[in-house]
Amino acid sequence: MKGRGLHVYAVLYLVFLYAPIILLPVFAFNDGTIIAFPLQGFTFDWFRALATTPALHEATLNSLFIAVTTAVLATCLGLFAARAATRYSFPGKAPIVGFIMLPLVLPEIIVAISLLVIMLQLGLSLSLWTIIAGHTLICVPFSIAILQGSFANMDRSLEEAAVDLGETPLSTFRLVTLPLVMPGIIASLLICFTISLDEFIIAFFLSGNEPTLPVYLWGQLRFPARLPVIMALGTILVLLSVVLLITAEFFRRRGLRRAGLPDSGGFL
Amino acid sequence: MKDMTSPPAIITLEDVHKYYGDYHALRGITAEIKQGEFFSLLGPSGCGKTTLLRAIAGFEDISGGRILLDGTDMEGVGANRRPTNMVFQSYAIFPHLSVGENVGFGLRKAGMGKAEKTRLVGEALEMVGLGGYGARAAHALSGGQRQRVALARALILKPKVLLLDEPLSALDKKMREQMQSELRRLQRQVGITFILVTHDQEEALIMSDRIAVMFEGEIAQLAPPQDLYRRPASKRVGQFIGMMNFLPATVLSEAGGEVQVEVPGLGRAGLARAQCPGPAAPGAAEIGLRPESLTVLFDGQGAERVAPGTVEEVTYYGDMTYYDIRLDGAPNAVSVSMRNMPGRPVLERGHTANLAWDARAMVLFG
Amino acid sequence: MSQSSGLAKALRTDAGKGLILISPTAIFAMLLLAAPLGSIVLLSFWTQNFLTIDRTFTLANYHEALTDPLYRSLMWRSVRISLSVTLVTVLLAFPIAYFVSFHVRPSRKSLWLFLITIPFWTSYLIRVFLWRVILAYDGPVNGTLMSLGIIDEPLPWILYNANAVIITLAHAFAPFAILPIFVSLEKIDRSLLEASRDLGEDKIMTFFRVTLPLAVPGVLAAALIVMIPTIGDYVTPQLIGGSGGTMIANMIHAQIFALNDRPMGATLAVGGMIVIGSIAMTLVLLTRRWTRPR
Repeated sequence: MKGRGLHVYAVLYLVFLYAPIILLPVFAFNDGTIIAFPLQGFTFDWFRALATTPALHEATLNSLFIAVTTAVLATCLGLFAARAATRYSFPGKAPIVGFIMLPLVLPEIIVAISLLVIMLQLGLSLSLWTIIAGHTLICVPFSIAILQGSFANMDRSLEEAAVDLGETPLSTFRLVTLPLVMPGIIASLLICFTISLDEFIIAFFLSGNEPTLPVYLWGQLRFPARLPVIMALGTILVLLSVVLLITAEFFRRRGLRRAGLPDSGGFL
Repeated sequence: MKDMTSPPAIITLEDVHKYYGDYHALRGITAEIKQGEFFSLLGPSGCGKTTLLRAIAGFEDISGGRILLDGTDMEGVGANRRPTNMVFQSYAIFPHLSVGENVGFGLRKAGMGKAEKTRLVGEALEMVGLGGYGARAAHALSGGQRQRVALARALILKPKVLLLDEPLSALDKKMREQMQSELRRLQRQVGITFILVTHDQEEALIMSDRIAVMFEGEIAQLAPPQDLYRRPASKRVGQFIGMMNFLPATVLSEAGGEVQVEVPGLGRAGLARAQCPGPAAPGAAEIGLRPESLTVLFDGQGAERVAPGTVEEVTYYGDMTYYDIRLDGAPNAVSVSMRNMPGRPVLERGHTANLAWDARAMVLFG
Repeated sequence: MSQSSGLAKALRTDAGKGLILISPTAIFAMLLLAAPLGSIVLLSFWTQNFLTIDRTFTLANYHEALTDPLYRSLMWRSVRISLSVTLVTVLLAFPIAYFVSFHVRPSRKSLWLFLITIPFWTSYLIRVFLWRVILAYDGPVNGTLMSLGIIDEPLPWILYNANAVIITLAHAFAPFAILPIFVSLEKIDRSLLEASRDLGEDKIMTFFRVTLPLAVPGVLAAALIVMIPTIGDYVTPQLIGGSGGTMIANMIHAQIFALNDRPMGATLAVGGMIVIGSIAMTLVLLTRRWTRPR
């Protein structure tokens, strides 16, 4: 039966998708300096090594700072734009929104070097803030995509009803709009955080003396002796991303349930 | 029907115009809606009735003219400050709040104590038949229940006017009929002015004290249901409300308050001036006649005016039968409705029939 | 009518409010996207000597980019790799999108989509690095194949060349391809398929005559979504491309950082954008022609 065959294919495909990631914990706990089979025993050494590397800690702190700031900035800008796009029509709407969403279809290297070039031309020094600017630029389209869904799902007459019952536009936003859009806001924060945390190319091009975690990782990749430690770091990062993603999904579903809407399957 | 002789106007519309860009949505609406009446805005989709309702509520700015609520010009007054409240077509129940929190939403600014609020919410829920529902989650209600919550939420604020935007269109037939009588009962009990927007003419006829029929941004006729039905001001209104037969006719003369017409298939008749909304100039015109104004005569029955014809089509509804009968000498068939009674036969296609007709039921157009 | 000023009235309108609301984000995008893009276009017309930039307008960079066989072959290779990745990814993605759309219970669909997209949210860098580990001379792939007796020596052609790049990118961009195809398959009214069966077609022909044509917009969207970022990818070619697998992004990086020729880097970037843009435009026009009613 065709169904059977497809099912087998689907399972194999999932194995293909997850295969590299599964290897991470396998070699992170492996007591051997070469990343190869056969495995040589269990150890926590590599994780312990992570705890004693100051450069790593610095990079982690940088990344966290950038990711949190990016998430907040991108979500705020995304809120404005998503609301404007779903509720109002104004001249030039399609080109303006299209332009804001452009980073989604530009290869990241183009974004990275154009930011680099203009900053060098303007004589701006590269710092964490330049990276935040770049990350926010690429995260805003994601934030808009998520929040547009939230706004579109909300019955427009809910806000009108609140006004009809005596509320001002500001209090309407606070009492009606915000609670209903909150799951989308949280999802946007989490997604933008994750994107920023994992982002490499823009950070690579725009980092001054303060590397982010992926940039630090990149620097370590040419030392074979450091590979197992990288595996350990990778395991932690992957775990973190997965937890964040599951949380975001949980909030998305909760938002749908609260509004009494059916599940259409995913953010995108 | 209530006595409408002397109540004051609660809403005055003076030459209200509304443009959406180039589109002229409201073209000079002038009307008075009286305090305490059940008023309907009736018309096909796109006629501007919802636009007018939203303009009264304050959700649309008007391009010209004035809207006066209880004597005060509403220009510049935001929707949140007008003495009106609205029941939205989708009911707009806040899904993140409970039923009680929904109903009490508008009381937040009144600055009353919690006990007072709870009491009022309880009363409002009782009034709409949802007593005890206060703690329920709002997103788990049925359509009919949501509508009641929307009503309670609006009425608890004791507005001067309650605006209803097609409130029954989302309900199934049985629920709709039930809510129609409920809304009428509620309006009488509360005593405030209701303005209902609907495209369903039957609904408007059932519930309203007066109806404004709108086509293309203008009021075609504003009258109580009986006048609207019996004396439509134009052919279009006659077609829109209920069913009407139209037959070509010739105006022979007009003298001393009586208009003589000749209707092929029926005969000659004299109509009162009140039956002629148009100029009634001599020449070609049209006669409108409701299906129930024609009667099929069975054996042994006679009438003052009789016209012979042949049955073309029979539609049986259970309590009524509609016949399409081609009158001898008339260019088109007329629809005749007859109540089915015990002992009364149902005619078949091809049968001949004699119809009794009454000139007093005719309306002359043109 | 009212006495409020014209500007206040304009700002109260739908259009006015909308523009105000979108302005922070729009201005941000202007500053961080329009201005930088403009500046690299500008830069591509200048030249650099060691550390100083000469601002005389010149087309020398473009001339060099178009005539030097190194740049041409690099661009061509990037396009080839990207198209191969797109082909492989879309072909592999279609069956699974079909599976989730047609063979999975509606209540489970979002779970499957979720499972498929999780790997996408982990660090790209780490995933590419893992492929280097997997495809390595002494890595798990070779190890398994050798212990199964399929090969005697480790395969040399699976790492540090274009093939490795293709495999890795196909893995990384799989979810990008699955989702658009899934969306367009979901949109297909199931009663169309039943109508086809009712009119006499068997399951396979129904697929080719009804399902596939209706899924084409999704397939083309998937192709675009995979193709555009992969042409400009830096990390994968750098880590596992070796010398036979470098792509245009690596050259751009080299120009800017190693060779101190920023204008050339800018030129290559602009050239790359034009190439990507043309291919994308062609695909979009293809989609339009396909979905236009005949």
